[in-house]
Amino acid sequence: MTMPSPLLRFDGVICRFGSVTAVGGIGAGVSCDIAAGSFVALVGASGSGKSTLLKTVNTLVQPTTGRVLFGGEDVAHLKPARLRRRVGYVFQGIGLFPHMSVAENIAIGPRLTGEKLAPQRIAELLALVELDPAFASRMPDELSGGQRQRVGVARALAGEPELLIMDEPFGALDPITRDALGRKVRELHDSLGLTTVMVTHDMAEALLLADRVLVMDKGLLAADETPRALLAGAGGAVAQGLVAVPRQQAERLAAMEADG
Amino acid sequence: MDDIWEILPGLGDKLAAHVVLSASAIGLAMLIALPMAVWAGRSQIVSRLALSLASLVQTIPALALLALFFPLLLSLRTVFGEGLPTLGFLPALMALTLYALLPILRNAVTAQANLDEGVLEAADGVGMTKWQKLVLVEAPLSAPFIMAGIRTASVWTIGAATLATTIGQPSLGDPIFAGLQTQNWALVLAGCLASAGLALAADNLLWVIEVGLAKRSRWMTFGGIAVVALGILAALWAQSTGSDERRIIIASKQFSEQYILAQLIGARLEEAGYAVEYRDGLGSAVVHSAVASSSIDISVDYTGTIWTNYLNRSDNPGREAMYETIREWEWRQNGVKVLGRLGFENAYAFAMRGDRAKELGVTSLGDLVGKAPQLTVGGDPEFFERPEWLAVRDAYGLRFGQSRNFAPTFMYNALQSGEADVISAYTSDGRIAADKLVVLADPKGALPSYDALLMLSPRIAEDKGVIAALAPLLGAISVEAMREANLAVDREDSKKLTPKAAAAELAKKVGL
Repeated sequence: MTMPSPLLRFDGVICRFGSVTAVGGIGAGVSCDIAAGSFVALVGASGSGKSTLLKTVNTLVQPTTGRVLFGGEDVAHLKPARLRRRVGYVFQGIGLFPHMSVAENIAIGPRLTGEKLAPQRIAELLALVELDPAFASRMPDELSGGQRQRVGVARALAGEPELLIMDEPFGALDPITRDALGRKVRELHDSLGLTTVMVTHDMAEALLLADRVLVMDKGLLAADETPRALLAGAGGAVAQGLVAVPRQQAERLAAMEADG
Repeated sequence: MDDIWEILPGLGDKLAAHVVLSASAIGLAMLIALPMAVWAGRSQIVSRLALSLASLVQTIPALALLALFFPLLLSLRTVFGEGLPTLGFLPALMALTLYALLPILRNAVTAQANLDEGVLEAADGVGMTKWQKLVLVEAPLSAPFIMAGIRTASVWTIGAATLATTIGQPSLGDPIFAGLQTQNWALVLAGCLASAGLALAADNLLWVIEVGLAKRSRWMTFGGIAVVALGILAALWAQSTGSDERRIIIASKQFSEQYILAQLIGARLEEAGYAVEYRDGLGSAVVHSAVASSSIDISVDYTGTIWTNYLNRSDNPGREAMYETIREWEWRQNGVKVLGRLGFENAYAFAMRGDRAKELGVTSLGDLVGKAPQLTVGGDPEFFERPEWLAVRDAYGLRFGQSRNFAPTFMYNALQSGEADVISAYTSDGRIAADKLVVLADPKGALPSYDALLMLSPRIAEDKGVIAALAPLLGAISVEAMREANLAVDREDSKKLTPKAAAAELAKKVGL
């Protein structure tokens, strides 16, 4: 069986901030490959280093040692503006520019590289995230939280990125919106042929959306399994501790249902 | 107070000068503060340092800050040459700019610090360079707050610019200071009304721009900016229509006699065909150096003042010796020509209300010694720092219970109302006779003589025409004539005259 060449490779990544080591522990750092087309969830408790590792991909964080290769090239050697256009970024804070309309927000990435998005393309992107084209002229403060993050996703997709990285993208949304938007993103991942890395602390979300789950603990990779393998008990104590939470919740709900 | 409406229309050129000065100071402060705020946003140390410095400047009274630039610029002449102006627009601009820095800087720094973290992360996330982030995100989001800072700075600056008068920069402070010195309240009110109106107008216009920026209404933003620009352009145009040929500049310090003599000198020079300009209400210390540096051409100074303050002498060799020494010293040291004495003395003297002096049995400074601890002495704002006061205090061993500062014109009121028992009066002051005051004798000769001198700057020291026009003034003005003119300006009844009218009366009286 031949593996497709990795789109993304972490190669001995260690990130230190002063005396604190966020990623890489005291060992050889974090190394792993992510194949083109895969949907990878990066799961771990708060402070496990998952967000920091993710941000090394679009160089919002620079590794102290080690490299991150994107399509075989060291991201440190790529121009940040060009790199970030090829890597769509969605995060919990959303960060829509409050002084720009929805259309201007979506078009900002291409605008930075001197390209102007046509209104049809804006409408198309809005349609992808299930928003009416009329939203184009609205200002961010006129939107609900869910609508804003949909615009955030549309903005991340506007540059036709090869890679989508998401940092707790649905963390601030209500459960119904969260579920709907999660499914939508997975659907877009499949239909657009994206490669996606999503950071989440919610194991249920990871298991339901991803093809592959990386578990981080104290800055190091503790497990690298498929959702099915994790549910079957693989991945070790830390991973199983995280899986136990939604499983027990589901069991208790089922028991309540059975009691009638 | 109907006079106000007659005075206001005449303030056009002062208003124009005020607008140009304030706008230049705000503009310069923005040029300095905004890049500094950007830098401060990227460095904690710069932020702390810049804000502390700007706050420090605020603790200096505006009047002192303005005055401090005079010696500073004077010392800078060794670097930039004699052409560097030390009075007028340049020092006023520098002081007001420093004053305007704090509100602009603080608001800009605060606005940057309070920007939403998520928005800044998104700016990086979509691939903005630092410059793009500044221009596309940080600047537009901070703009309304920065504008609020500029508004505050504008109101402060327009207010503080009235003080520019004291360093020889024409402004709406001119009528205020002139009015205060001569107790012409209509003039004071007109100046205050005009500057308050200007401040209000600027505040409201800038508010429109601020709201325009916050609501992202181009119409309001650019409309506001256009009106502000038009106002500044109009003021510039009004200023530039004046002739720029160098006139003869006559200074006056902050009391009535000086205003009258400046007008008297000006009238004679105008008669002789010279164009003159007045710099009224200058600080006493500023005037002497200003004449020496030719920033001012003509002043009236007093022998005792120069003797103690500039020659740093505390001995008293007698009136004639003092005059000759000063004349020689001014010429040799400063290139200033002491044209001669006007004829009267305006000495410092200690005065009391007649009834109070009788009650206490005081006729000379020596009599005060035992009684001073129960008494309050009043002096003009600089008096208690002056060597004359120290000389008298030490010669007689005077220890007053309390000492209070009053503006010269208010000292007499304070004496009448009992807020002061003894004041530092001036012998040429008309109110000594009018208020029936007793001038205390100085048996120890601690106070030097104060002959009024006509001083010419090095620039016009050899100007035959000027000298010919002013020569008739020398020795012509008796202390009685001067007192009468001073009283005419200082009195508060219907016989009150403007300094100009009093100067004309004085000229007639002394036969010019």
